[in-house]
Amino acid sequence: MSRLRTGDVARLAARGLRGHPVRFLLSALGIAIGVAAMVAVTGIAQSSQADLDQKLDRLGTNLLTVLPAEDLNGEQTRLPPTAAAMLRRIAPVTAASAVGQLDDLGAYRSPYVPEGQTSSVVVAAVDTTLLATVRGEVSRGHWFTPAGSRYPTVVLGAAAARRLGIETPGTRVWVGDQWAVVVGVLAPLDLAPELDPAVMLPAGSAQQYFGSDGTATSVYVRTDEDRVAAVSDVVPATAAPESPELVSVSRPSSALEAKLAADDALDQLLLGLAAVGLLVGGIGVSNTMIIASIERRSEIGLRRALGATRPHIAIQFLAESLLMSVAGGVGGVVLGSLVTAYWSRAQGVPPALPVWVGALGIGLTAVVGSLAGLYPAVRASRESPVSALASL
Amino acid sequence: MTDAAVIECTDVSRVYPGGVRALDRVSLAVRPGDFLAVVGPSGSGKSTLLQLMGALDRPTGGEVRVAGTELGRLSDGALSRLRGETIGFVFQQFHLSPLMSVCDNVAEGLLYSGVRHRERRLLAVDKLTRLGLGHRLRHRPDALSGGERQRVAIARALVGDPAVILADEPTGNLDTANGDTVIEILRGLAAGGTAVVVVTHDREVAAGMDRVIEVRDGRIVDVPDRVTG
Repeated sequence: MSRLRTGDVARLAARGLRGHPVRFLLSALGIAIGVAAMVAVTGIAQSSQADLDQKLDRLGTNLLTVLPAEDLNGEQTRLPPTAAAMLRRIAPVTAASAVGQLDDLGAYRSPYVPEGQTSSVVVAAVDTTLLATVRGEVSRGHWFTPAGSRYPTVVLGAAAARRLGIETPGTRVWVGDQWAVVVGVLAPLDLAPELDPAVMLPAGSAQQYFGSDGTATSVYVRTDEDRVAAVSDVVPATAAPESPELVSVSRPSSALEAKLAADDALDQLLLGLAAVGLLVGGIGVSNTMIIASIERRSEIGLRRALGATRPHIAIQFLAESLLMSVAGGVGGVVLGSLVTAYWSRAQGVPPALPVWVGALGIGLTAVVGSLAGLYPAVRASRESPVSALASL
Repeated sequence: MTDAAVIECTDVSRVYPGGVRALDRVSLAVRPGDFLAVVGPSGSGKSTLLQLMGALDRPTGGEVRVAGTELGRLSDGALSRLRGETIGFVFQQFHLSPLMSVCDNVAEGLLYSGVRHRERRLLAVDKLTRLGLGHRLRHRPDALSGGERQRVAIARALVGDPAVILADEPTGNLDTANGDTVIEILRGLAAGGTAVVVVTHDREVAAGMDRVIEVRDGRIVDVPDRVTG
């Protein structure tokens, strides 16, 4: 029986592609772009997920934000000065820190800045436990010290520092009608981004120098990991016994997760587009192989004269299509990995690209290559054995 | 001896779809050691005869036996095997791959026989050396002269030790000197016991051969034993 060895099939396929290197490269590139897009979309999504997991690991998912709502007249209510202390008495609560925004005060670089130019910063009195409760980090200077918190000192949120144009601790800012010294600047707060534009005063000196009444506009609560839901249920009545219906409780880590889930929908769309790219690449491969089957009639005739059966011819063309496609797939996986690595570097997140993504990418191109080569292979195998003869 | 014929055509007809009768009850036997020319103008049916003798096609009437096997009942796969094992083809256009060395081109003659790559190459080297191309093994066909290329093609046809060599206008692309060399090589093969059939329209080439069959309008025309052009 006529037979063609597996090693010979591979050799034939490689040689067939070498005959038209540019055509081969362009067709493979079509596949590579589709696969690269798929790998990059998946890699970027996986990296974002890994980054969030890492963040939540560090920040914890057991933080609750307690906010007073508007009353029936549409006026912003405030939590009583006792709210944080009351919340600390709930057994699973490990920390509670109040923030009281001082709406009447503005913060300026100097007394000469017109009052209206607030630079969109807000002034707030904060408990000195706040930084630990939200697990924030100081980027320059330091947080309030017990001694310092008795004086007019401030710590700036990251956005507040940027808007006021203040880089170095020790600078003075004009708060209300007096100077206050900046002792530190915070890094952006992942779980309490609403504090980034705040100029924070320690609660003690806020009451002493800036006329704070000790009421709160938000309280940050840390609880036992396993009791978050239970605590959340009793928070409103504890924080504001007189009007618990005006207290809302949220879990900021859920917001981060929800944001990523929203990205997920976009990723699905992009993945769909990448799949379309791969499909178009497959059509390109198919087209190239059909052209090859037409151009190589005399080669097919020669092979049939040398004893090749129809399946031998079909296998040869199928192998070429498969090799072209998989070569593109390998290139695409490399390209997609590079894009993922570059993106994570630029975003400062850990690159995460599971091996299965690459394997799936290459597997998919094998399927695409086989399907794309099917018709050209059958077409080539039907070529008449007499095609090599001159007298035709 | 009829039994010894490697190709035997008995009352062979080939009618193409549409009713064109390319061959009409042709009978012919090719025996080992035959050195035979098939001549005829284009449209005479000599190409159809070549296709049938080469097991590239099946007759619509009569019987073609190649190495004792009747073609009419064979599947496409069985015909392929018969070609691979029994017949060596030589073409006017050589059909050598520019991507392979001369040696690998010749080894390709055994690609569908199941012989391993290494062994194929050894056999190719042997045939090439015998045809005086031992110094050209690693060259690409483009680097060779036309005459050398046709010798490479003959080596490829011979590498599987076929019973018959079918040459389709083997001198058509060569000058007279190179053409003569090729014919001499084929004569040598016939002398060694291989049946050699050369299809040509060149009567000068045919004149140098032992037997000439002339095809005209699908029939074999009687030709004297020695043709005088």
